[in-house]
Amino acid sequence: MRGLTQNSAPIYEALERFRRMRVVPFDVPGHKRGRGNPELVKLFGEQCVGIDVNSMKPLDNLCHPISVIRDAEDLAAEAFGAAQAFLMVGGTTSSVQSMVLTVCKPGDKIILPRNVHRSVINALVLCGATPVYVNPDMDHRLGIALGMKTEQVEQVIRENPDAVAVLVNNPTYYGICSDLKKIVQLAHDHGMLALADEAHGTHFYFGEHLPVSAMSAGADMAAVSMHKSGGSLTQSSFLLTGPGVSSGYARQIINLTQTTSASYLLMGSLDIARRNLALRGREEFAKVVSMAEYARSEINKIGGYYAYSRELVNGGSIYDFDVTKLSVHTLDIGLAGIEVYDLLRDEYDIQIEFGDLGNILAYISIGDRRQDIERLVSALAEIRRRHQRDKAGLMSHEYIPPEVRVTPQQAFYAPKQAVPLNRARGRVCSEFVMCYPPGIPILAPGEVITDAILSYIAYAKEKGCSITGTEDPQVEYLNVLEEA
Amino acid sequence: MELWFSERHTPHVKLSIRVDRQMFSVQSEFQRIDVFDSKEFGRFLTLDGYMMLTEKDEFIYHEMIVHVPMAVHPAAKRILVIGAGDGGVIRELTRYSSVDSIDMVEIDPLVVQVCREYLPKTACRLDDPRVNIHYEDGLRFIRSRENEYDLIIVDSTDPFGPGEGLFTREFYGNCYKSLKEDGIMVNQHESPFYDEDSQACQRAHKRIVESFPISRVYQAHIPTYPSGHWLFGFASKRYHPVHDLDAVRWDLLGLKTGYYTPRLHVGAFALPAYVEELLRDVEA
Repeated sequence: MRGLTQNSAPIYEALERFRRMRVVPFDVPGHKRGRGNPELVKLFGEQCVGIDVNSMKPLDNLCHPISVIRDAEDLAAEAFGAAQAFLMVGGTTSSVQSMVLTVCKPGDKIILPRNVHRSVINALVLCGATPVYVNPDMDHRLGIALGMKTEQVEQVIRENPDAVAVLVNNPTYYGICSDLKKIVQLAHDHGMLALADEAHGTHFYFGEHLPVSAMSAGADMAAVSMHKSGGSLTQSSFLLTGPGVSSGYARQIINLTQTTSASYLLMGSLDIARRNLALRGREEFAKVVSMAEYARSEINKIGGYYAYSRELVNGGSIYDFDVTKLSVHTLDIGLAGIEVYDLLRDEYDIQIEFGDLGNILAYISIGDRRQDIERLVSALAEIRRRHQRDKAGLMSHEYIPPEVRVTPQQAFYAPKQAVPLNRARGRVCSEFVMCYPPGIPILAPGEVITDAILSYIAYAKEKGCSITGTEDPQVEYLNVLEEA
Repeated sequence: MELWFSERHTPHVKLSIRVDRQMFSVQSEFQRIDVFDSKEFGRFLTLDGYMMLTEKDEFIYHEMIVHVPMAVHPAAKRILVIGAGDGGVIRELTRYSSVDSIDMVEIDPLVVQVCREYLPKTACRLDDPRVNIHYEDGLRFIRSRENEYDLIIVDSTDPFGPGEGLFTREFYGNCYKSLKEDGIMVNQHESPFYDEDSQACQRAHKRIVESFPISRVYQAHIPTYPSGHWLFGFASKRYHPVHDLDAVRWDLLGLKTGYYTPRLHVGAFALPAYVEELLRDVEA
């Protein structure tokens, strides 16, 4: 790294040098520092459009980094304890997909929990690998899917010795962690790679007393959503690899789908965010934890709500809990999570991360202020006072074990037809159905449509969940495989 | 030597006061606190560079935010004051012997300390035995109170900075809950004149209307606040600010005031047409 330390931000510094050089642009982008599109400057400011530039020698090239981007990646690898880090500009979706595509070839089996983000199953559509699902346990009171028990993983590994990898959510959207170290060990003992979707776990690398990070657990690859808890710009992310993965091959895989005009705004933001976390992450996340703990204790004082935390830990399906996640169970005040989510936004001007049938999740991060936490807690108190009702008739989410008929890729590309929801029972779905957020599929391509799934969709629609994934924007029709 | 304090009232308008000398300056956990002496306005206090009060015109604000509700409520005994670290509201309230207790909730202990030392004209009654000072976020304090107060006075700073939470629906809703069944809430309501202020004023009014069955706005002339034309909100569960005014009872108390009179009380609720319109816009 040519004597660089975590105090350096090579891309940021190169952009600063570049700005001072006042280079005359006869290259793209065509807005030429905003002069060709004054409204762009008005909206984003001169600072911002002035560094919206293309790859060039002094700024390196993300597709084949040899100078400042390379340095930034090396520093990131060091900060995260990885053998190699890749700057990603297509969201953590691109990190997850590149991770899966790096380890799976057509026909390979990959072991994963069913409550994965859609990007994982998307990757299976792209590469033709076969998912082997571990059905997660449910917390029936809260209505959330939990982590994978190591016994379950071990059993699936024994039943599928030919699988190439095991993928773990670290943590789930709700903050639930599996015993990652043990699962990595199990995978390695059976000659499989261990992958981690760390879209919600960036802070594990920097905070204290948080669940173990994938790299320190010995995982082979991890997709880390720097733009979520890490503080970089939306759509920027890291892909990390351990020593057991060829970084050259991973780069080739990334380049299959990655833009050749990567945004320097995104890359610069990753560089600065990495530096910030490396230098100040420990204190920053200690503050985040204390704010989340404070919010939890205040919310639990209101009555009716349940803001849960480490007390859920059971050594198995909840091996650890990420205390920065402020997840709150709302059913006991007689409101679905999605209803509280809508009330907070529509009546109190408070936007939270998501609401599902029984829970809400407020994302607490390095950008939060105590006074805003007070607003959130007070608004929840008011919602209870004004809207509390009998909880009869409210449904809590139940995990519905999928019945997989064909692989996601086969289902996606097979001849299909659209049928109305009420005639879809028993057919094999060829597309995704999910509430977004959290973006965990209710149905994935290749799975059988059951009554339980149809009533879940009907209920989620009635409660105002935003249902996505289907070709039909109204979600009145589902694409299903044509019957043979 | 010419030393001037300037506050921007809009990006294109500012008010400047010639400063004789700066008395004190400190950055607290929440804000920057400054005290100046001036020839024209006497001593004045600014928070984050925004004028809070001057010795010359503070009586207008403090009399109007206190005597208007006190002349309406027939028996305000339990009173909550949010903000008000300078002590001006407390000074006016403690003139009523009928008041049993005053909870004052101020987020910034340094403001109180600075005012005790440099602004004795307003901070003079903070040690009244009926006053309990709580150094806490107002939103947090009020969350756990229910059916406790006859009157809540919201003496907040502006709807940005530390006072932000005191202009929200969750705050007004919690005030409603903390008031007894005939309780009144009065709040400083910003100015209707400049665009940005008038939007803040509209937003606050909208949120109060959503929370209280009776919500009226009244006005005063405060020379050192932006545009000089300042509004207060009167929100209540039962009493109408004008119909339920008991001028005779108030006159019999024999309080000497510099701005407030029961006659002015009635007039203060007669608003300019454009202000009526901008409030009406959010009442539907």
